Amino acid sequence: MTLPAQQPATEAGDETKPKRIALVASKGTLDQAYPPLILATTAASLGWEAGIYFTFYGLDILHQDRFERLRVASLANPAGPIKVPNLLGAVPGATAAATKVMKNWMKGSNMPDVPEFVQMAQGLGVRFFACATTMGVMGVDETDLIDGCDIAGAAAFLDFAADADVQLFV
Amino acid sequence: MTTHTDIPDTHETLDTSGLLCPLPVYKAGIVLGRLEPGQVLELICTDPGSLEDIPAMARQRGDTLVASEDQGDTQRFWIQKGAS
Repeated sequence: MTLPAQQPATEAGDETKPKRIALVASKGTLDQAYPPLILATTAASLGWEAGIYFTFYGLDILHQDRFERLRVASLANPAGPIKVPNLLGAVPGATAAATKVMKNWMKGSNMPDVPEFVQMAQGLGVRFFACATTMGVMGVDETDLIDGCDIAGAAAFLDFAADADVQLFV
Repeated sequence: MTTHTDIPDTHETLDTSGLLCPLPVYKAGIVLGRLEPGQVLELICTDPGSLEDIPAMARQRGDTLVASEDQGDTQRFWIQKGAS
């Protein structure tokens, strides 16, 4: 009988189980949509299992009518793309202007937009959990969301996150 | 120019010039996914983060970074796909 070649032991001591990352995306602004999508696509590219729990405003990232139109907050965002006195962030058009600047930054850096990132993540098998409570509270229907989301509550996400090596809240 | 070890035979080359994180790792992961174990990907990067990212990617995926060249604005990496 020939034994199979020995795999080198990993740090976790279990060479068959991939690493896992569990992310919470709770923000619905354009700038805050990127980090969870970037981390999840990267983790999946490293061979990890990745899942994102989209909750509260973060659910807009999965919303078919909204994820192309996420915006940058111009008010109460001193690090925003337009450097003006903060109060001017309240004037009409300021949010649109800040959003346009950031979109131009992204385009100029060859970065995919949010819908493209969502598609990339799904293509790599990243799991999308849509918060059922958010859907109920904010009146979001399953048909409003992109295909392939798991509608789930906190327990289902924690069940996934409990076995994660990395857990992050964005 | 810094060269680490001899340049191995390359099965595929991927140029990610002009792309920032996570795109070099994302695109390299797709190519490595379809290579056979033992085959080598030559990866060209201009993202300054790639000097740290690509060795980390190889470590995490179970691939081997067999050679690299730091040419200043451009980095070249040769990654041998691991067993699984």
